[in-house]
Amino acid sequence: MALGAYVAVSAALFALGLVAIAARRNILYVLFGIEMILNAANINFVAFNRFNGDGMDGRMFAIFVIILAAAEAAVALAIVLNVYHLFGSTKPSDADLLRE
Amino acid sequence: MEFLHFHPETDFKLLLAVPLLPLAGYIIQIFFGRFLPRKGDWLLTLGMFATMCITLLMLAKAIYHANSGDGHGGAFWHHSSEAGMTWSWLFQVSEQPFSPLNLTVGILYDGLGAAMLAVVGVVSFFVHLFSMGYMKGDHRYHIFFANISLFTVAMLGLVLSDNILFLFVFWEVMGLMSYLLIGHFSHDPKSPRITHAAAACKKAFLTTRIGDCCLFIGFMMFYLHYQTFSFEGLWQATTQDVMQNGWQSWHNTAGLFLFGGTVGKSAQFPLHIWLPDAMEGPTPVSAMIHAATMVAAGVFLLGRLYPVLSPDVLVVVTGVGALTAIFAATIGMTVFDIKGVLAYSTISQLGFMVAAIGTGGLGLVAGLFHMVTHAFFKACLFLSAGSVIHGCHHEQDMRKMGGLRKKMPVTFVCMLVCTLAIAGIPLFSGFYSKDKIVQSALMTNELGGSWASAFAGIALPLAASITAFYMFRLIFMTFFGKPKDEHVHDHAHESPLPMTIALSCLAFLGMVGGQFWLANGDVMGSHPTWFEGILGIHHDYTDLSGLYPGVELQNTYVGLEAGHVEEVAHHAHSSAVVMSLIVAVLGILLATITYWRKIIDPAKFTATIAPIYRLVLNKYWIDEFANKTVIRLTVVLAKVLKAFDEYVVDGIVLTVGRINKALGFIHAWFDKTVVDGLVNLVGGLSNTFGAALRLFQTGRIQQYVSFAVGGGLLTAAWLILS
Repeated sequence: MALGAYVAVSAALFALGLVAIAARRNILYVLFGIEMILNAANINFVAFNRFNGDGMDGRMFAIFVIILAAAEAAVALAIVLNVYHLFGSTKPSDADLLRE
Repeated sequence: MEFLHFHPETDFKLLLAVPLLPLAGYIIQIFFGRFLPRKGDWLLTLGMFATMCITLLMLAKAIYHANSGDGHGGAFWHHSSEAGMTWSWLFQVSEQPFSPLNLTVGILYDGLGAAMLAVVGVVSFFVHLFSMGYMKGDHRYHIFFANISLFTVAMLGLVLSDNILFLFVFWEVMGLMSYLLIGHFSHDPKSPRITHAAAACKKAFLTTRIGDCCLFIGFMMFYLHYQTFSFEGLWQATTQDVMQNGWQSWHNTAGLFLFGGTVGKSAQFPLHIWLPDAMEGPTPVSAMIHAATMVAAGVFLLGRLYPVLSPDVLVVVTGVGALTAIFAATIGMTVFDIKGVLAYSTISQLGFMVAAIGTGGLGLVAGLFHMVTHAFFKACLFLSAGSVIHGCHHEQDMRKMGGLRKKMPVTFVCMLVCTLAIAGIPLFSGFYSKDKIVQSALMTNELGGSWASAFAGIALPLAASITAFYMFRLIFMTFFGKPKDEHVHDHAHESPLPMTIALSCLAFLGMVGGQFWLANGDVMGSHPTWFEGILGIHHDYTDLSGLYPGVELQNTYVGLEAGHVEEVAHHAHSSAVVMSLIVAVLGILLATITYWRKIIDPAKFTATIAPIYRLVLNKYWIDEFANKTVIRLTVVLAKVLKAFDEYVVDGIVLTVGRINKALGFIHAWFDKTVVDGLVNLVGGLSNTFGAALRLFQTGRIQQYVSFAVGGGLLTAAWLILS
């Protein structure tokens, strides 16, 4: 399998995650989108490490990203809960205080 | 008699105290007078008593000096620089001690000053004493005393000044106090003559101001030429200049201006009009300021400045004085107000003095002497008139008096004594001075005088005769005959003790003020009187070095032999004595047959000469003439200037204003449209852009992400495609 296939999968995954962030009406789906983008990056790390590198650097980064993603998910879920408490809704378009 | 020697060290300190004592009194009185018991009158009167004692002691020293050494003790002449007492005043611009800009002030104490100082001290004290009775119950009693006290300060300072600038300062202070005191009743809402008093003080102030301006111009002209204000400096500079270059035309001009000061202050024709009106003031004020002291200051000034007056100026001085003497005397015959008679009499007597000074030499001494004797008897006459007015409850019209002799014996005797003095009866002071004035006029004529001295030779004896007439008319109308107004007569009473004491003392001085008082003087000879003694003048009238030491006079008996002058003087003296006696007796006789024996009916007589009588009664229409000419001219000029102000000056100002206003409108329009437009444009643009940018600021995080992605894509596309 060539490098291009991996990058293509990664790009597709990134695009899907981006669309989820930008378009979904539920904030949890936005989180899912973020996870998809992180995983798109992980695929890139691993793929580029496999084809271009001679060490373990890329794979190590992927593991770090997974750990960071877990931490981020914990923080993000806490934010989601607070948003829900504050606005009584899980629609991202309702949390528009940034306008102020 | 050691204490009668003049010791500069101590005596100048005493002389300095002379004006400072009443000044201290004035300061206390003006601030605290109303809180003191009796409103402070005793304080000022006591202060004036001390002042009088000092002045009399000083006069005694001068007389002692004249008496010592057979009356030929030399000039009595002292300047405070002898005691190291000179003060630098106003400028200290130059380091050089004799620069004209370094004005030093000192005290000049000579025979003339000694006599005048004593006159002022004595008259002031008695006027203070008299006022304690006369002004009782006045609602501004303490202010009155403060004012007469400050007036006295100014008069004493004027006499002691050694330079004309300081004399002028005191001269002006006196003018101010005269104004305030004439207008004393204008502050009393209960006074019936409140408006008269206000008008009179304004008139006096403005009229004398004309003279004061002249005086200022006069001495500044001298200052420009000789760079000195001091009398001694002026005498020396002028006589030396004249000796080298003769009298110049500016001497005449400046001398006439100086004389203008006398004309204003001493009420000479044509500026005499303020003095009769000044009688609106309280009578003690009339006695002191408008009879004895202030109006005599003009004569004193002539005495001080005599050496700088050119012969041409002296001719004018004689002419004006003689005219004033005869002219005021004729008016005095027709006046019915008791103070009015005395006012015109004062003007007339001042005319005598001025005319005498104009004739020079002997006349100068005679005029100054008459100033001294006149001060005593005229002050006494005024105070007696005040006593009569006081006794008759402020009735001043002589036609309502009469028969007061028994009701007011002290006043009557005092007034009679002084009337004899002013009429020129021998053994009374006025005779000695007036006799010398007539003598000087006759003598000057004989020595080849001018038209003025010829006029004076006729006018002065005639005026003396008229003086005797109107003064006895006053006596007869007031004190003799039947009472004309029962009401006034019934309520008349003698004045209280302070007033009668003042009257008696002044009457005594009016009687003996002109006598000889010198060891070698005899009664009828041509020996010098005490006054001539302290002036250091003896038989030789060509020598005035006692009055002006070290000055070679250039306007007196120039080119005449001393022996010849003596001879003429002696000759004129005999005629003058006879003439004075005849005119005085004639005047008195005429008054007696008219107003006492009633042989001639004055009403019938005046009816026969009605046009002349009306002319005199209306004071020759001088006031009306002045109203029609000088005052109207001034008013018209003022109106013209007002019109000029209104149309030209205001016009220019208004035009400039209008132009500015128009420019302002243009400016405002430019501001509103262009400047404000620019500012608004900037604001509007910001607003529009803000509103547009607002559309992107929705606060929706997903939209922002979309924009970011879109932007990223566009950038990428641009990078790839380019």
